[in-house]
Amino acid sequence: MKTALQARGQSRLEGKEPKKSRLAEQSEKVYPEQSERVKLPETDDGTILFRVPFPDDLKELHNMSPIVVKQPYHIDYIHSYGQDSPFFAGLSNGKLLGTKCPDCGYAYATPKGHCGECGARCDWVELPKVGRIHTFTVCQFGSEEFLKETPYMLILVEFEKFNTLFLSRLIGFDPKKASLDLVGMKVRPQFKRNAKFKPTDVYFVPAE
Amino acid sequence: MGIKNTRDVYFVSGGISKFAKARPDVTFQPMVKEAYDYALKDIGMENKQAQEVFDGSVASYFSDHFTRQLMAGIMIQDYLGLCPLPSHRAEGGGATGGICFQEAYKNIASGVMDVCVAYGFETMSHVNTWKGNEFIALASDVSFDYPVGGFYSGYYAMMVVRHMKEFGTTVEQLASVSVKNHNNAFHNKYAQKRRKLTIKDVRNSGMVAWPLTLLDICVMSDGAACGILASEEGVERIRKATGKTPKMVKVTGIGRGTDAMRMADRPHKEVILLPHEKASDYKGLKYPGIHSFRAGRTASKLAYEHAGITNPLKEIDFVELHDAYTSSEIQTYEDMGLCKYGEGGKFVESGAPFLPNLDYGLGKMPRQGEIPVNPSGGLIACGHPVGATGLMQAVFALWQLQGSMKKHLGDDTIQVKDAKRGAIHSHAGTGTYVTVSILEKA
Repeated sequence: MKTALQARGQSRLEGKEPKKSRLAEQSEKVYPEQSERVKLPETDDGTILFRVPFPDDLKELHNMSPIVVKQPYHIDYIHSYGQDSPFFAGLSNGKLLGTKCPDCGYAYATPKGHCGECGARCDWVELPKVGRIHTFTVCQFGSEEFLKETPYMLILVEFEKFNTLFLSRLIGFDPKKASLDLVGMKVRPQFKRNAKFKPTDVYFVPAE
Repeated sequence: MGIKNTRDVYFVSGGISKFAKARPDVTFQPMVKEAYDYALKDIGMENKQAQEVFDGSVASYFSDHFTRQLMAGIMIQDYLGLCPLPSHRAEGGGATGGICFQEAYKNIASGVMDVCVAYGFETMSHVNTWKGNEFIALASDVSFDYPVGGFYSGYYAMMVVRHMKEFGTTVEQLASVSVKNHNNAFHNKYAQKRRKLTIKDVRNSGMVAWPLTLLDICVMSDGAACGILASEEGVERIRKATGKTPKMVKVTGIGRGTDAMRMADRPHKEVILLPHEKASDYKGLKYPGIHSFRAGRTASKLAYEHAGITNPLKEIDFVELHDAYTSSEIQTYEDMGLCKYGEGGKFVESGAPFLPNLDYGLGKMPRQGEIPVNPSGGLIACGHPVGATGLMQAVFALWQLQGSMKKHLGDDTIQVKDAKRGAIHSHAGTGTYVTVSILEKA
């Protein structure tokens, strides 16, 4: 947002005379004994808001419209996959990996480093080449990052001898034809050639 | 398990700021103050008395992303004039408000405090809906779930698709939950959406994630809510300060459960049985899978045991439950044991969770009014400012049990007649945290 003070500052940028700004003149008036001019640098960023209405009677300020400003908020986040890193390395090599507990045999289709059943450290195993759709949906809307991809189909895939499921996208199926009959359909994984080291490096297509 | 050796806890007053799409006129602190001041006024307490009467607080808000402000709790504490009293923040996704209520309960039950105020808020209007969906979806595994299509409506849609496949639940049954809750909210001035709808309206509204439409899903809101809890000594202190005895209710049971954050990880185990159920009821049912919420069942079981409830359908007069989706309301009937697993669709069709005195345009339903669920309108119609929601449910339950709906709403259409016992239920992230609390007329 450009405050009234900044708006005044802007006239200095646009105007012909690079002289004292009115703000500086004012500060000289307030502090006449000040020998050197001290001021904050004016900037051009933010929303430009000119002539904010302001009453003479300050009691009326309770009725003032709220001032709403836009504040951009971008972060480059350094995300570590930690103990799950081999899964993403696997995707880049065309392998879909899960984990299995060496002690109790519980098998995770979405990898889990340590077994939630007995606490042991799990071993890496390859998932079967074919799974079945356990459930699905067609997203016609989404969070901002995925809006441009709508409509997209999400599926949870079940694999024989694995106790848990795997979340992925279903590609190559017309979302308009989605019905409850999809549940149980055989699907197989395909991999992106250029791995992005994201779980979307693998997606599923109908296998029958 | 079981809750033992606790002091009696009373819920004495509550307040809600009207839930709205956006509240640009205030920052979160005065929004909470609206609810707080209402709660004080309702028991005739002066603001300046509060610091002498209160022992501390619990603050409830879900997302630091929505506020872009860390430690918002202390900013409220300060604004309300409650510094330097003790306080802490409760956070647990969608269940944040329910957790906050129970933490306030614990402060009293344990003897740490005699009067505790629970306040909560969320300001979700600060970003666009799609960005809000992104913030919410960050409450799913950011390595495996969020990057695939992070979208909570999508997750819940997958859960109900399995429910439909497994149990034959229909989209019309889902839609009737929306019809019920919107119609109830028509008589609740605090609700964000007050509309009389038909099943056709719900099905014809925009598809969000098949089979869930816009009207199957709650909306984001700005809002705040507040509750005051007290021990017997605390009630006495309030009485001395105000010269009046508050019309209080007793909190007789609390329960909480959890489940894996990634719904792909939900295992298949034995059904956790409630006292009125037998193992043979669920022979062959793969549970919880993704069609049911084991955390909700655990929370219900603990709360019922604590409150001495053996048959919830018969012994509870109304329920305010977490209906972020019409589907999750149906799934929750089953978790709370209002009907058996798999029968949630038929349960809503029977009319049992509808108010007895309202015409919903659905014709005569055989069991209409048996156990009204979400008489307030629930999240679907009231809105879901996450940190406020569980406390809002608590306040509506308080008013139901006080019989004071007319006083607070200027309309007693949604007043459940002679309500003696109610349950409130708060739920997070595809069922990862769930709380159930039981409130009774004192």
